[in-house]
Amino acid sequence: MDTLSWFQIIAAMAGRFLPVWVALVVTYTLSITFKRRLGLYGKLFDSPVGMIGFGVVMFWVFTAIFANWIITMDPLAQFSGSKNAVPGSALQAPDEGAYGYLLLGADHVARDVFSRMVMGSRVVLQIAPAATVFAFMVGITLGLPAGYFGGKLDTGLSFLANLVLAFPVILLFYLLVTPEIVKTGIPTWFAAILFVFPIVFFVILFNSRFFTNPAKRNLYVGAVLVIGIWAYSGLAFNLDPLGIWSMDPNLLNVFVSVVFVNSPGVFRIVRGMVMDIKTRDYVAAGQTRGEGPWYIMLWEILPNARGPLIVDFCLRIGYTTILLGTLGFFGLGVSPESPDWGSTIDDGRKLLSMVPHPALAPALALMSLVLGLNLLADGLREESLKD
Amino acid sequence: MLMFILRRLGVMMLTAFALTFIVFSLTNLQPNLEKLAKSEASVRMTDDQVVSWIANNGFDTPMISRYGQWLGVVPGWVKTMEDGEVRGRCIEKGADPAAAPVRCGLLQGDWGVSTVFKKPVSQILGRSLGQTGWLMLAVMLVMVPTALILGVLSGMREGSRTDRVLSTGAIITTATPEYVSGVIFIALFASATVGVSPLLVHLGLLGSPDALFGARKTLFMGTATSAMDHITFWNFALPVMTIALYGIGYIARMTRASMTEVMTAQYIRTARLKGVSFRQVVMKHALRNALIAPFTVIMLQFPWLLNGVVIVETLFNYKGFGWTLVQAATNNDIEMLLGCSVVAVFVVLVTQLISDVGYVFLNPRIRLA
Repeated sequence: MDTLSWFQIIAAMAGRFLPVWVALVVTYTLSITFKRRLGLYGKLFDSPVGMIGFGVVMFWVFTAIFANWIITMDPLAQFSGSKNAVPGSALQAPDEGAYGYLLLGADHVARDVFSRMVMGSRVVLQIAPAATVFAFMVGITLGLPAGYFGGKLDTGLSFLANLVLAFPVILLFYLLVTPEIVKTGIPTWFAAILFVFPIVFFVILFNSRFFTNPAKRNLYVGAVLVIGIWAYSGLAFNLDPLGIWSMDPNLLNVFVSVVFVNSPGVFRIVRGMVMDIKTRDYVAAGQTRGEGPWYIMLWEILPNARGPLIVDFCLRIGYTTILLGTLGFFGLGVSPESPDWGSTIDDGRKLLSMVPHPALAPALALMSLVLGLNLLADGLREESLKD
Repeated sequence: MLMFILRRLGVMMLTAFALTFIVFSLTNLQPNLEKLAKSEASVRMTDDQVVSWIANNGFDTPMISRYGQWLGVVPGWVKTMEDGEVRGRCIEKGADPAAAPVRCGLLQGDWGVSTVFKKPVSQILGRSLGQTGWLMLAVMLVMVPTALILGVLSGMREGSRTDRVLSTGAIITTATPEYVSGVIFIALFASATVGVSPLLVHLGLLGSPDALFGARKTLFMGTATSAMDHITFWNFALPVMTIALYGIGYIARMTRASMTEVMTAQYIRTARLKGVSFRQVVMKHALRNALIAPFTVIMLQFPWLLNGVVIVETLFNYKGFGWTLVQAATNNDIEMLLGCSVVAVFVVLVTQLISDVGYVFLNPRIRLA
């Protein structure tokens, strides 16, 4: 078999991404048809920038979901004789019925670059949004009281936040994401502290809303506590009796470090916005009605701060993706076999000026995902300002 | 104003102590010390030997006391070995114990000895900071003027075509971390097989002695190792561009936001209505007020630049501060890593201080109030 031309490679790749295209078309048709009924999400489809950004992000989300169908080879398998093969080269001895081409070539140990890039999206999109959600939980739970009550609490928390922000990120990663640290058990304690915040957040959220209706309150708070503590024991201490919630110690370390680095930024934004919003008349009205401080914070102030928070959420997922890439680039925390984009770039950079394709494919993938998130944030900002 | 600076200085000192203590305790964790013992003495040590090595080298005192010794406020440890030899933190091997100073730490200018480079930490830091200094200087010279000009141009007339194009460009560069742009730059400009260089060779603009871009095979060099002795455009352009690119987008966006805000102010409209030309309005009235906010942003960019420096120096193999930090961290070189951290923390805190004080100083509404 001959080497494919660039046109054939692009056509073949477009074909492999077929499930993604179908899913994208379905999403867009449905969303544009019902866009007037979908609130801020629907308004996104009025802004061309937002639509492009959303499209790119969803492309990678669907790629991560359908990765098993898209890949052409096993991302960890090595194909003898294909070391550093150029994009489009044919496999020397393909198995019966297997895909016969290395669409984007092979890397320095003869693994398929295309399949690794596709699988890498799964690693990145599993960690980045989840870590960002946790960072938001921590930032919101601490930022609301700091901004609302002020005083000593605010001074203390702000000092801690600035302390973390003053740390150069790479130094922090080199200190926190090492095998030695895993041995000391520090990541577990970090996780134990950071993973409490989502539970606290939801308990306060439901309690402040429904405490006048004990039956409903007990139901919601009870459900949060049961699910929360079950997940908590599994994720932080790996003690889940049913074994559904668990996290590899190295992954936990990476996850916790990324959450830790991101939370102070969220804290600062939330605190700033609460300080602004708490001077509004509707907050004063709530206080006069005798509403509790947590009800005002979570059900009056937070919903009114959602616009900037959603925008920051998109930007921050992008930033987290960059951070994860940085970790991979320095070979921290992830297993050397891992197909995540940062490690693949690191693998590829040694032979960069001779065979650039193993590093270029994940680099462009990472860049496009972050770009999509930034454009999405821009579109959301534009549309939420129109309210 | 003086009270403000003093208070900021106080908080800064507190932050510096907290940060260095965190770094100190994280680098001096028990597993790190065991690793150090094995790498310094012998890999085949038994657990007992490791424990006694740690004790004999003064690592068995409480963390806070060791931190004090490292800072130089607590007297260094002194121990008499079983064979009668007196060892201590401040006693050099073979030197007279009585003549040694009582304290030796950061305050006394003793930063320890690097286990990887086998030289005093201060010497290595001095050399590598010098290298990084040149890199940062070049980055600043490229980044700040470019970013400010682009930001002012796009913020001058909000919504114009220039604005659209420049803003999109800024979004793209902020979405490109250094390890991505570096890889793309090397593939595009520094590879003999792909990108621009083979094309230029084909066109006869590169690769022969009388060609327009010289006799080299590639347009730029993919490593900056040779720039440590002799900086040329050829070996330094790519690392500088890689670091500057990310910052350009970010600062340009901030400048644009600040410029558009100023351009809608009442006094700009007044100036326009009384007949001042658009050029004069931008240059004389708008620019000075629009540049206050970007100043803060540029200063706060330094911690991020530090990240960029680490990545780019690793990628381009330029042996400056970032490269040293990576070497120290990967090889468990505790003293060296501590030295690097002190420098990093110092840079971050000082730039924060300058940005705070500078903001107050530049803004007449606060300065004169």
